[in-house]
Amino acid sequence: MRYCRRRTNANHANLLCHGERRRTVSQPSYGANWATNRIVHETRVSSAAMQIVVEDLAKTFRVAERTAGLAGAVRGLVRRKHRDVSALAGVSFSLAAGELVGYIGPNGAGKSTTIKVLAGILVPTSGRVEVAGRVPWRERIEHVRRIGVVFGQRTQLWWDLPVVESLDMLRHIYKVPADAFRTQRDELIELLDLAGILDTPVRQLSLGQRMRADLAASLVHAPEILFLDEPTIGLDAVSKLAVRAFVKRLNRERRVTVILTTHDMDDIEALCDRVIVIDGGAIVSDGTLADLRNTVTRERWLTVDVAGDASEVGDADATVIRREGERVCLAFDPEVVSPAELIRRVTSRHEVRDLFVENPPIETVIARMYQR
Amino acid sequence: MMGYAAIIAARFRALLQYRAAALGGLFTQIFFGLVRIMILRAFYAASSHAPISLANVTGYVWLGQATLLLLPWRADEDVAEQIRTGTVVYELTRPLDLWGSWFARSLAWRTAPVFLRMLPMFVIAMVVVPLVAPGWELAPPPSVASFVMWVACFAGAVILSAALTALINVTMMWTIAGDGMPMMIGTLATMFGGLVIPLPLFPDWLKPVLYALPFAGILDLPSRVFTGDIAATQAVLVVADQLAWALVLALVGRWLLARGLRRLVVQGG
Amino acid sequence: MRDALALYGRYVAISLRSQLVYRATFMMMTVGHLLVTAIEFFGIWALFSRFGTLGGWSLREVALIYGVADIAFAIADATGRGFNKFDRILKAGDFDRMLLRPRSPVLQLLGYELQLLRIGRLSQGIVVLAWAGSALAWTPATAALLLASILGTTCAFLGLVILQATSAFWTIESLEVWNAFTYGGNYAMQYPMAIYQRWFQRFFTVIIPLALTGYYPARAILGRDAIGAIHVLGPLAGVAFLAVALGVFRIGVRHHASTGT
Repeated sequence: MRYCRRRTNANHANLLCHGERRRTVSQPSYGANWATNRIVHETRVSSAAMQIVVEDLAKTFRVAERTAGLAGAVRGLVRRKHRDVSALAGVSFSLAAGELVGYIGPNGAGKSTTIKVLAGILVPTSGRVEVAGRVPWRERIEHVRRIGVVFGQRTQLWWDLPVVESLDMLRHIYKVPADAFRTQRDELIELLDLAGILDTPVRQLSLGQRMRADLAASLVHAPEILFLDEPTIGLDAVSKLAVRAFVKRLNRERRVTVILTTHDMDDIEALCDRVIVIDGGAIVSDGTLADLRNTVTRERWLTVDVAGDASEVGDADATVIRREGERVCLAFDPEVVSPAELIRRVTSRHEVRDLFVENPPIETVIARMYQR
Repeated sequence: MMGYAAIIAARFRALLQYRAAALGGLFTQIFFGLVRIMILRAFYAASSHAPISLANVTGYVWLGQATLLLLPWRADEDVAEQIRTGTVVYELTRPLDLWGSWFARSLAWRTAPVFLRMLPMFVIAMVVVPLVAPGWELAPPPSVASFVMWVACFAGAVILSAALTALINVTMMWTIAGDGMPMMIGTLATMFGGLVIPLPLFPDWLKPVLYALPFAGILDLPSRVFTGDIAATQAVLVVADQLAWALVLALVGRWLLARGLRRLVVQGG
Repeated sequence: MRDALALYGRYVAISLRSQLVYRATFMMMTVGHLLVTAIEFFGIWALFSRFGTLGGWSLREVALIYGVADIAFAIADATGRGFNKFDRILKAGDFDRMLLRPRSPVLQLLGYELQLLRIGRLSQGIVVLAWAGSALAWTPATAALLLASILGTTCAFLGLVILQATSAFWTIESLEVWNAFTYGGNYAMQYPMAIYQRWFQRFFTVIIPLALTGYYPARAILGRDAIGAIHVLGPLAGVAFLAVALGVFRIGVRHHASTGT
């Protein structure tokens, strides 16, 4: 796992972004032009295998300022101030076809800006983006024909019409041939269990049903790439599982590239082999979930149930995270004290009924990462 | 009381944010005022048998445009949304009487923009226009008494308008789409308030009907007090008419609201 | 092009179906709308009954002009609903959704909704026009001119609505100004242009060609002028205006792509 940063440090020349093929490159001297060109050339060549290439993507917005209060509002009648907000400050990554990637970060990190650029509806300030060989915002119609987008919070279906009519309308919008549409639609109905709600107007659907219908709607035209923005937000547990199962199946069987933005870490854990974390407009992490965990913290948690009072359970090399009645949760660094050693110490000092060792929940890991 | 004042202050602040909208609205009103005056002048050129002088009708048009926001043109959208989604029942948990709070909202919602528009409109109609096009302006009131009575009538119009708006909010509980009733009442108020055609110019046989409606009290009657068409001594009757109608609308509104809420609660939102 | 028209037809079909779902409300609102627009014309009738003539124009003649203006505005208003609501569409993020579809956003906005409600104003305009037309002797030329006038004026109004929507890309709050030209323009066009001041006439001839699409052809139809070039070319000015408006909208879309919202 490596950090994908701007290619300024020549020492990292050998370390390539996830997915790129490793090529031997002699160590160029730092800052030399030909070296930079060489590295860029490498990227260009290897990107032929990549479906999505993002290189040094930057985006700045001009925002009007409003001062609070009554006086400020009156002043605002006369003059407005603007400031530049940098939403993306040099983002780079590449995805191969068929990858299922989680794209996460705190609010305001630049997630939706990146997605909008990749979708082709936002033009960046600088940087290079290529999706399936196209520059998204330059060839909008052709690009958009090959992608599907699902927004968790806003449906693309027609509110007063039955689901099946929305699907039919989309077929005509995307110009899908009749027989291809029929097969695709029937398959989606089966996979997403839509048979019961086909004739229900969208406004009468529950959130879980609507999400399934939205997923179907985004796939009517059999896109190669699917963007999912908060697909499980507000859903009940059963619907969440159904959505996750569907997305996984879609990715495995149909090789649809999926980019998932979400705040639900269970989605990430269930689906993503690879997680890209963005914060403050820059990528801070790119690799597998395990790598992510290890980067942020090696910490492990030991939870112990004792007979009697747990108020004295502790250890010099461990910190107490939680203490409730007979249960204590200790955090420790396995390189300072091994799990086996810690267990030995605790069980020798107290009467232990039950214990288990685990990784901190991914939420904690991410929260800690956001705090940095 | 402090609760109502807070609502009014908050709305005032929110409305000040929209500077370009205010200027745009001003432009539209001046445009409409000029067009209406041009049309009326063309009519007046044909015949001089008019129940109201050209100068007074010109002033009438300007006053209509200046105070146009008093007309309940549209329902309060926040309230419409609350009713549509059923969250209006949450308002019952607040320590304010619901009709009263809607009335206070309408007062703020109507008053703040009206003042914002009125002052520049008055300046333009009374000061700028006579410099550019003499004879087209809004002439000042014929006496101090007329002006004072107009202020009273204006206050009465604000109250009447707020009561009407509150009633419109209530009627939205009975229509699903929510748009129909407010729009209809709004357009009727525009027509019968004298904005499009000055009421004095309507056929004489229709006038008793027009003046029996509450809409006349919002624009027509106050404007005619200002121009002196209605003498200052008679203006008291105008205020009485406005307040009487406001009371009637308030009572009807409160009664309908009580029934409407009961219906909503029973249905389960 | 044919495919685009077919898609537009589908959009219209689903829009109508959506509205007819709320049958009761729809009926009530249409009747209400018809009533309200009828009252407007009644107001004009009232003025004529009091004053007799408007700058040398009779009620019937004004009715022709009024009918064309209202018919054109009703059609433009009904079809341009998506542009009318554009500021809200933009704010809700639904415009981004349109950009995510491999179709022209203009087509999608035109298909957003065909508001049946405007049938009220449309039927009133037709009735008034029919009444005015019943007193005239029609020739193929004047009939064609009437049709062209209606089409041209519709294009001009649609262009205004589109320009209004486009300004939403830059500032939501500047939309108000346009109401002066859309609603104000419709109102002013209900009367013969001749009654207005020179500068006003010039503005609505050169800048927003509503006089060219409505007033001048009406003069020819009413026999006040012999049919000449200006009467025939007038409606075309409306089409040109619409083309310009669409161009400006495209610029707005590009701006939106750079700034997001």
